[in-house]
Amino acid sequence: MTGPTDDRGNGDNRDVTDRDATDRDGTDRNAADSEDELGLERTEREHREADEHRYFVAETSEGAQELRPRRTTAAGELRSEVGAVLRLPEGGYIDPADIDVERREDQTMIINMGPQHPSTHGVLRLMLELDGETVLRTKPVIGYLHTGMEKTGEELTYVQGATNTTRMDYLSPLHNELVFSLATEALLGVELPARATWIRMLMCELNRISSHLLWMATNGLDLGSTSMMIYGFREREMVLAFFDKTTGQRMNHNYIRPGGVAADLPDGWEEDIDIICETILARSYEYDELLTGQPIFRDRTEAVGNLTAEEALALSMTGPILRSTGVPWDLRRTMPYLAYDKLDFDVIVGSYGDNFDRYSVRLNEIRESIKMVRQIAEMMPPGDYRVQDRKVTPPPRARIDESMEALIHHFKIFTEGFRVPEGEVYVAIESPRGELGCYMVSDGTSKPYRLHIRAPSFVNLQALPLLLRGGLIADAVAVISSVDPIMGEVDR
Amino acid sequence: MSETTPTTAPAPSSGEVLPEVPRLPDRLVDQLAFPSRDTYHRMVAAFRAAGFEMCADLCAVDYLTHPGRTLPEGVNPERFEVVVNLLSLSVRQRVRIRVQVPESDPAVESLFDVYPGTEAMEREAYDLMGIVFTRHPDLTRILMPEDWEGHPLRKDYGVGRVPVQFKEAPGPR
Repeated sequence: MTGPTDDRGNGDNRDVTDRDATDRDGTDRNAADSEDELGLERTEREHREADEHRYFVAETSEGAQELRPRRTTAAGELRSEVGAVLRLPEGGYIDPADIDVERREDQTMIINMGPQHPSTHGVLRLMLELDGETVLRTKPVIGYLHTGMEKTGEELTYVQGATNTTRMDYLSPLHNELVFSLATEALLGVELPARATWIRMLMCELNRISSHLLWMATNGLDLGSTSMMIYGFREREMVLAFFDKTTGQRMNHNYIRPGGVAADLPDGWEEDIDIICETILARSYEYDELLTGQPIFRDRTEAVGNLTAEEALALSMTGPILRSTGVPWDLRRTMPYLAYDKLDFDVIVGSYGDNFDRYSVRLNEIRESIKMVRQIAEMMPPGDYRVQDRKVTPPPRARIDESMEALIHHFKIFTEGFRVPEGEVYVAIESPRGELGCYMVSDGTSKPYRLHIRAPSFVNLQALPLLLRGGLIADAVAVISSVDPIMGEVDR
Repeated sequence: MSETTPTTAPAPSSGEVLPEVPRLPDRLVDQLAFPSRDTYHRMVAAFRAAGFEMCADLCAVDYLTHPGRTLPEGVNPERFEVVVNLLSLSVRQRVRIRVQVPESDPAVESLFDVYPGTEAMEREAYDLMGIVFTRHPDLTRILMPEDWEGHPLRKDYGVGRVPVQFKEAPGPR
């Protein structure tokens, strides 16, 4: 940053120009400012407009992170922007400069979509190269919601850590807490009571339902179905009301903690679960009537944004996107954690990997989750909801009133935290968006030395150039929605 | 270049297993491998050829204030470590590759030509940790603004050192 920063705010355009001219290319261009490239004199107003334009471009530009004209883009970057993913057989080579040669550069234009576009589900910014309405190149520009949560995680103890991770993917907070807790417990080597495991499963499946319902809602809205938006939010609210009852909050629960869960299920939870399952299952068939069989919806989704299994694997896609291409990969089934191996459920796969498949995978996963929730409610074991290891779990509230030691212990756990043995571990679970991983390094203190979250949305965004290539800009909105990026998780 | 000796040949079957690594009960054992920087790319390509279809995760760790970590014989601890998690869908196994990267020359080869899905992850590691991935097609910052100075996840990055201000935003007029 070379520009003077203390002379701002005096409203003098000249300062802006000076700073800008030195910032951009390090040379003084003020001399050339009086004439444009045709050598014509500019009026004062034109000067001011040019200055303002340059000033605002400098203020909002992300430089090399953005999509640039083809002639200034390197071959490798160009290749990924046009969505070339798979490699040619040995020796084969296509020059990306040969792609789209029938279009001259003055026939295409680069437009900016976002970061405040309503259909980008947050602050996702896409830069698109368009020929008419056809998308040729795409580049996601992210980071507008970056709050340094991985760095924050290094400053919080393991007790506090779940409050941080839960805010990453704000639509499935319980999964974030779960992956953090599982990683901590793996390093600690504690064995959970059965009830804690099953409560975690129950809450996570309910969370999957609520997350997919919100996706159905916003996807419906993006495709013009306002009714679906209202219905999706309505049903999600039932689940959130149960979360509120159980954890005290609708979102950002800090409910699943290292060592178990924060509280037992509330009285009468079986009836609540019954009502939720019954209502949402019945209404999921109403969505069928509203969307699945509807010709407009099918036209908008079928054969839009196709993806093959090879491309999905090469791009590290996971979750519904990978399953929609026909790969039966669901960590709950293929690498079971918690007690998912004791449940009976189907892994939903699609066959074409288009928007419609991603829609049907998610819709059917809601039904599978309902099936699982019912089984969990039936098989819920009695017992303790958190591990009774005094190193990890604070003493019960009643003990604090009668025992000084318990009070001290309680205080120590919440101020200092507990020490976790040195080591490193990678834990992955199936979040509604795909593989949610946590790579945790401990140096033996009470805070993680390094906390890295493998965010499925962040990785899944890489598919956008491929999915959008050759489609219409109107379909771009539908495709972005079907990838289901949660910007809080993308940027962390 | 560091003088680390390759501890494993670039063959997937010979990835070293550290028995003392903690793991979750009833979870498949993660394989660990510690290639040197020279053998890193070849080893990943060998794993790819051996059926590890997906690169699940790639991140970097700065061990500046925790130098005494457990490493197998023959691996020189360096300041940075790039950690790659590969996943095989066919045999349902994970392998974790940890490569040591020295502070003086924080560069490793990009995996982009083996796994195109590492593009964003390598950009993230570059942005936040300052690891340079050679032959990466578009190694720019991804989460921080383009003109940001420093790499925030490094342990010697002063927290609160930079006044919070994005770009050259003008003050209130």
